[in-house]
Amino acid sequence: MAKPEACRYAKSHEWVCLEGGTAAVGVSDYAQGEMTDVVYVDLPKVGRKVKLGESCGTVESVKAAFEFYSPVSGEVVAVNEALAKDPALVNRSPFVDGWFFKVKPDNPKESESLMDHAAYQEFLKTPAAHGSH
Amino acid sequence: MLSFLGFSTLDGFVDAAIPPAIRSRKPLNLPPALSETESLARLAGLAAKNKLFRSFIGMGFSDCVVPPVLQRNIIENPCWYTAYTPYQAEIAQGRLEVLRLFQLMVMDLTGMDVANASLLDEATACAEAMTLSWNAAGQPADKAFFISDGCHPQNIAVVQTRAKSLGIRTVTADESAADLGKGFFGVLVQYPMTDGRVADYRPLCEAAHRHGVLVTAAADILGLTLLKAPGEFGADIAVGSTQRFGLPMGFGGPAAAYMAVREALKRLMPGRIVAVSKDSSGRPALRLALQTREQHIRREKATSNICTAQVLTAVVAAFYAAYHGPEGLKRISSRVHGLACRLAAGLKALGWRVPDEPFFDTVRVEGDPSVVSRAFDAALAKRMNLRRLSDGVLTIALDETTGEADLEDLLEAFADGKPLLDIASAHVHSRIPEPLRRTSPFLADPAFTTNHSETEMMRYIKRLEARDLTLATAMIPLGSCTMKLNAASMMMPITWPGFAKPHPFAPKDQVKGTLALVKDLEKWLCEITGFAAFSFQPNAGSQGEYSGLLVIRRHHERSGEGQRRVCLIPRSAHGTNPASAAMAGMTIVTVECAPGGDIDLADLKAKAAEHSQDLACLMVTYPSTHGVFEEGIKDICRIVHSHGGLVYMDGANMNALVGLCRPAELGADVCHLNLHKTFGMPHGGGGPGMGPIGVTRKLVDLLPNDPLAPAARPDASGPTAASAFSSASILPISWAYIAQMGGPGLKAATETAILNANYVAKKLEGHYATLFRGRGGFVAHECILDLRPLKDSADVTVDDAAKRLMDYGFHAPTVSWPIPGTMMVEPTESEPKVELDRFIEAMVMIRGEAQDIAEGRADKADNPLKNAPHTCSAVTADRWERRYSRQAAAFPTAATRRAKFWPHCGRIDNVFGDRNFVIRPKDSGQECC
Repeated sequence: MAKPEACRYAKSHEWVCLEGGTAAVGVSDYAQGEMTDVVYVDLPKVGRKVKLGESCGTVESVKAAFEFYSPVSGEVVAVNEALAKDPALVNRSPFVDGWFFKVKPDNPKESESLMDHAAYQEFLKTPAAHGSH
Repeated sequence: MLSFLGFSTLDGFVDAAIPPAIRSRKPLNLPPALSETESLARLAGLAAKNKLFRSFIGMGFSDCVVPPVLQRNIIENPCWYTAYTPYQAEIAQGRLEVLRLFQLMVMDLTGMDVANASLLDEATACAEAMTLSWNAAGQPADKAFFISDGCHPQNIAVVQTRAKSLGIRTVTADESAADLGKGFFGVLVQYPMTDGRVADYRPLCEAAHRHGVLVTAAADILGLTLLKAPGEFGADIAVGSTQRFGLPMGFGGPAAAYMAVREALKRLMPGRIVAVSKDSSGRPALRLALQTREQHIRREKATSNICTAQVLTAVVAAFYAAYHGPEGLKRISSRVHGLACRLAAGLKALGWRVPDEPFFDTVRVEGDPSVVSRAFDAALAKRMNLRRLSDGVLTIALDETTGEADLEDLLEAFADGKPLLDIASAHVHSRIPEPLRRTSPFLADPAFTTNHSETEMMRYIKRLEARDLTLATAMIPLGSCTMKLNAASMMMPITWPGFAKPHPFAPKDQVKGTLALVKDLEKWLCEITGFAAFSFQPNAGSQGEYSGLLVIRRHHERSGEGQRRVCLIPRSAHGTNPASAAMAGMTIVTVECAPGGDIDLADLKAKAAEHSQDLACLMVTYPSTHGVFEEGIKDICRIVHSHGGLVYMDGANMNALVGLCRPAELGADVCHLNLHKTFGMPHGGGGPGMGPIGVTRKLVDLLPNDPLAPAARPDASGPTAASAFSSASILPISWAYIAQMGGPGLKAATETAILNANYVAKKLEGHYATLFRGRGGFVAHECILDLRPLKDSADVTVDDAAKRLMDYGFHAPTVSWPIPGTMMVEPTESEPKVELDRFIEAMVMIRGEAQDIAEGRADKADNPLKNAPHTCSAVTADRWERRYSRQAAAFPTAATRRAKFWPHCGRIDNVFGDRNFVIRPKDSGQECC
């Protein structure tokens, strides 16, 4: 599954990880910490076409709801059913068990426009990283 | 208190605290204040002007017997009606338990999986069901909503208003002949229909589901004890009114509406939902669940703008069901149905045409129009109101109060002098055929089967009542909520039959008293606000916002500028504002706030200019949500006006203005007033409230029109509630409030409210910083205390402090709004200095407890703040292993030693509850905690 170092990141703190022909997506460790205890994740349906930057889901904690913006364009081919039973996976394992969904990307090169791990770590040190989601 | 603030007179203080530019030069011109006795006498005179005819009108409003044990112990009891919305769940377990019962009752009777804790009325519940269906379908632009023409006309009218504002197409027609194909996303049917017929909707549901169309049934709650449940015939959503479960018709309300849905739709459901979690000791405990659906979190993306709904009336309905139990309810409904069957037989025997169709309590009778008219008039002469459905067709709706004598009178009215048959002994068959009959059990939980004697019921009520902290216990200093006294002399008239009994659609000449009262109230509110007219149709503040925004949209349409849809909303606005604007079909543009809390004028100017062509309005709260009199309010209004927009003022903070400033003079065009905040109505533990809207002269003819006669004023913005004056029976409270206060009294109340807030802010200086201040360093009627330093120094959160206040016998102020990590304190004018001092003492001691942690005198994890609140069972347990004493935990002050209020639960785990959503636990039957 996704290794943080191998992922690309959006400024809204989603990650995307290309593996074979599919791209897995989720939220970063920083994002799950800001969200606090996740109680529900609303995911797009399999078959839906999503676009980079499009709002396509919601993550809810007890006190807040966060939009999930797709970090990749393409067709949703799988969603993480385990999140329905155990939404805390997002907090416990944001990169492995807490992935959101998988996409057959329209353009595998698209993610190059996003930050790599090192750039994202630098981004987290800037004020722009906070309060944008 | 004045001298503590450095003043010798109240006038001098107010002159210093309030910007002169916003002060009104004209004092209030209201009638001289009445004494309590005089006020009661005047209201008795008005009540006597209402003629109490027996009602057989039906249409979703049916008389019933209010159980005296409920009238005395709930409706007339400040321990129930002065409570606030149960956000602080540990001190609201009583109400939460009854609301859970309300949900169980609705789930059982409708056959649905999840119910909410009430909506405002049946008509708005129908509108909410439409938007729920629309959202579930992904807001399809190409699909319409089908409304059965068998629905009550007010339901149709309100749904149509809502649909229009959202750009949803509706089709209103006979559902049995309709092709519910791909062109629709949802369908609404009435069960039984408005003419009394009970249809079998199973085929309709099957056809609808083949195309993914969701079915909503607006169902009669008493009828459901005999009729197959909507969940059993295939409906996806059920809505309705619970008025006939223990509340009078009240000339329209208040009463709780319900909504229940299938499991898959629960996250799209509007309104509060009570569900089970656990407290710090692991015992089950109740709290409001899934709050991320709601407007205070989701803003314009919320499922609805609904906030507080109808808690007190839902409590009555749930207790009514508990008092009668499943068998008792079936006895009542069977008796009503039996009487209706005998009435039908009697009418037939007299030669009238009574269609041979299934019905529950409403009999349809047809004949030659002139003969029918004669019968209608004969009934009227016997002081009985029937419903004229159309030319030559009458309906007669019976209810729990109908007796043998009524049956005889009805038949006499239709006999036209012919001798009556002996219907008393007539044997008649049920008119509910086998396939439509309910066979499944309901209300099996012990709460519904064990409290049928008055002794048990009274004690059950008292047991739950003791768990809740209300104004009868202590001050509830909730900022923006104005928890002031609800004086007994103002509350008494609402249960008088003169105000409580009339049907909302009774002929106008029978309700002259209430209409005169409404007229007085409108005149007085116009004098107080500077507006030209008021509509009393909005039955909540949120409804006022929605209705007011529709007036604004209508105004622009009439001016040929229908493209004006942009609504500017300051970032600091209450979440309901954007939620209402979204419901009104507006586009929300956020205006930033300056660091001091005021609206950022430069940003406002820029955004108003950017949207000069499509600006509809600005929504602004005054004094601001930061509790400050913004000096620039008139400039703000001028900027918006100069770009063609109107100004909607949120009247939530009107308690700081009455007698000193008038919204219309500040520049507002529309404003709602929360009668349950500023004008003496109680909060009811989360409703009912009232949110009438005032408008300037040019908007008067656009105010919402009568839901029964929408065509009468074609210019108007459309009906937004089930009846013209919605919760009309509680208007006497605000009438009495203004009548007893008079102009000088109202002004003094405002001044005292401002004084109290400034006294608290200054007393707490040095302990907590007050975040925003206006002119001269003063706040308005509330102050925002900064608790964030406690988090930095001692890891104490604002929630810890809020829960700890419970140990001191207080309900926390508004927490983390409008600024996270703060408390917003609004003491109101009603609180005496001694109570303010007690609160101040508690806040100072909490600051000290945090200091102890910061400086290492108390443990970081095991301290009175982190473990708050402390229950009686925790403090009196045989083992006490905390690192502080039991006295420190539960009796930290002399005041708590004198009179102790015990929180019923330990800290409730919200995360656990939302991850494990349960309303009816498996080992059901145990009360929580």
